[in-house]
Amino acid sequence: MRLLIVEDDPVLSNGLAVGLGLSGFTADTVGTLADARAALEGGDFAGMVLDIMLPDGSGLDLLAELRAADSRLPVLLLTARDRVRDRVMGLDAGADDYLGKPFDLDELAARLRAMLRRHEGRAAAVIEWNGLALDPARMRGARNGAEIPFSRREFTILQALIERPGAILAKAALEERLYGWQEEVESNTVEVHVHKLRAKLGAGFIETVRGAGYRLADPAKDEGGHR
Amino acid sequence: MNSIRGRLFVILLAATGAIWLSAVAWIQHSTRTEVGHVLDRRLQESARMVASLIRRNGGIAGPDAAALVEEAPALPDTGGHDFAHQLICQVWGFDGRLKSESDGAPAQRLADQAGFSERAVDGKVWRVYSHVDEELGIRVMVGDARAMRDRLVHGVAMGLLVPAILILPLLAALIWLAVRRGLEPLDRLAQALAGRPATDLGALDKGSAPSELRPMIDALNGLFRRVEGLRERERSFTAFAAHELKTPLAGLKTQAQVAALAPDRAIRDRALAQIAQGVDRTDRMVRQLLDMTAAENAIDAAQAPPQEGARILAEVADELAGLAQSRGVALQLETGGPAWRTTQAALLAPALRNLLENAILASPAGAVVEARLAREGGAVRFSVLDRGPGISPADRPHVTERFYRGATSPAGSGLGLSIVAAAVQAMGGQLRLSPRRGGGEQAELILPAAPGPVAR
Repeated sequence: MRLLIVEDDPVLSNGLAVGLGLSGFTADTVGTLADARAALEGGDFAGMVLDIMLPDGSGLDLLAELRAADSRLPVLLLTARDRVRDRVMGLDAGADDYLGKPFDLDELAARLRAMLRRHEGRAAAVIEWNGLALDPARMRGARNGAEIPFSRREFTILQALIERPGAILAKAALEERLYGWQEEVESNTVEVHVHKLRAKLGAGFIETVRGAGYRLADPAKDEGGHR
Repeated sequence: MNSIRGRLFVILLAATGAIWLSAVAWIQHSTRTEVGHVLDRRLQESARMVASLIRRNGGIAGPDAAALVEEAPALPDTGGHDFAHQLICQVWGFDGRLKSESDGAPAQRLADQAGFSERAVDGKVWRVYSHVDEELGIRVMVGDARAMRDRLVHGVAMGLLVPAILILPLLAALIWLAVRRGLEPLDRLAQALAGRPATDLGALDKGSAPSELRPMIDALNGLFRRVEGLRERERSFTAFAAHELKTPLAGLKTQAQVAALAPDRAIRDRALAQIAQGVDRTDRMVRQLLDMTAAENAIDAAQAPPQEGARILAEVADELAGLAQSRGVALQLETGGPAWRTTQAALLAPALRNLLENAILASPAGAVVEARLAREGGAVRFSVLDRGPGISPADRPHVTERFYRGATSPAGSGLGLSIVAAAVQAMGGQLRLSPRRGGGEQAELILPAAPGPVAR
């Protein structure tokens, strides 16, 4: 899942990008409100981690702008101001969650997963589709109780597809999920990982929609081929 | 004596006692004079009376003539035995024979000359008036005892002293009560102060206080205001500092967790390098916080030995040589001109360090940072020049605000220039920031060459 991290401290910003990357997120980092606005216009983010005290203003202003523009982007405020009053103010300003600095990386990842889950309208931590259970917290998948190992990128693609079953995801959209800005995109990565996923899950699990992208096969239609 | 009450009491009591005693002494003296006059007049009268009686009785003094003196009226209120036989009388002829005398008169002649005289007879001193009657050829001498006069005066004095001594304790009690009553506003003020919690620094009520206490209440209220201001500054500073330190701490913790989670060595090494960098930055920030506190409280450096300004600059440059080298920036010092010494190294060094550090951090690799010390009349000018991007026009009015970080330099703590500004103010100097010709920033510290009083 691709996140926008708005944090001006370079060490923390780097730690968030790398640490959340290890937890299965893809993170883009910016250090100012101006850069954050530009990034939000250009990119498709699943959520945002927002610091409040930024060099060119308050993160709460950006949050207010987003909510005024009717954006439903899930936002987690990450700030050193973590008294109850500040938390209440942040949540009332339209934040979905609030975490005080310093924080635990695992907790931040778990809160982000929960926040995104709620945003997608799911309650269960484990996503199920067609007999396959995906656990984003552990980046594990299992079918009929038997665990199937996935690499981080394989899991990211599978999760992107399974979050919106039936929808067609373009290759570019999947690439965006896989890479942050700072990373070099390799041209055939998506094909390679889809190939590997089909080898693990069965050739008919992911469909290629010519000229459009990929989607999960409809289990009702594919009943016979399903093992 | 350390109590105003005790002091006032003793002073008032001593003053009252002294006045009383002086009054007694004065009354005694004037009584003595007055009594002397009256009694002298009586002696005179008595002598003339005796002489006139002798004359009326046929010119020849009978043996009993002098005894008439005894019939002279006694002084009023002297009653009884004390003042009995107050007067004695002798009548002497011109031929030197004692013609007559009263009871109790000594055998010896009382006076040799006419008018008033004194004579000691048998250990008793007599005051005598001698009346000379040329026709009859006699001298009439009437006298009274000095002891009797003294007793009379003593009686009057005692009549004053005894009640005074009896009244003194009562007076003392009254004075004590009056002093206590008079000093009650002080007690009330003390109670108002003692009953206050440490957090209450509100002004004391001046309305009902007596005028003598008002200057003190004004002074106290002024002190409260200053303490409150200082406390407010400290409170906001502490809150800011704690808040500002949390972010680098969060960075360190996150990087540590990344290092722990890292699946491969490259990620772990990068995280560890980030931790080292984060610790350096946090260390710088803590040092800046301490510098800030020192500059804001303008630590009194008057006792410090004077140090060469050029040397302070050289030492600061030396400290920053490592940083400059790591960023590929060259430091160039110019400290020509006559020597200038200052006792305020504790303020000057952090100010210079922050200016140089900013210049180094702003400079691109390969650039030169210049630091100059020049003396101009009554002032000393430190200049730090760099070829960095300079301060943006939008940031310029705010750069010396605490914790203000420009959008272009997110890595700083936002303290550096506010430390410089506070230190320069404490040294009675000026900080000037201006764009440098040809690009970059020019920072100047202008200090009085002879350090004035530390401004707050």
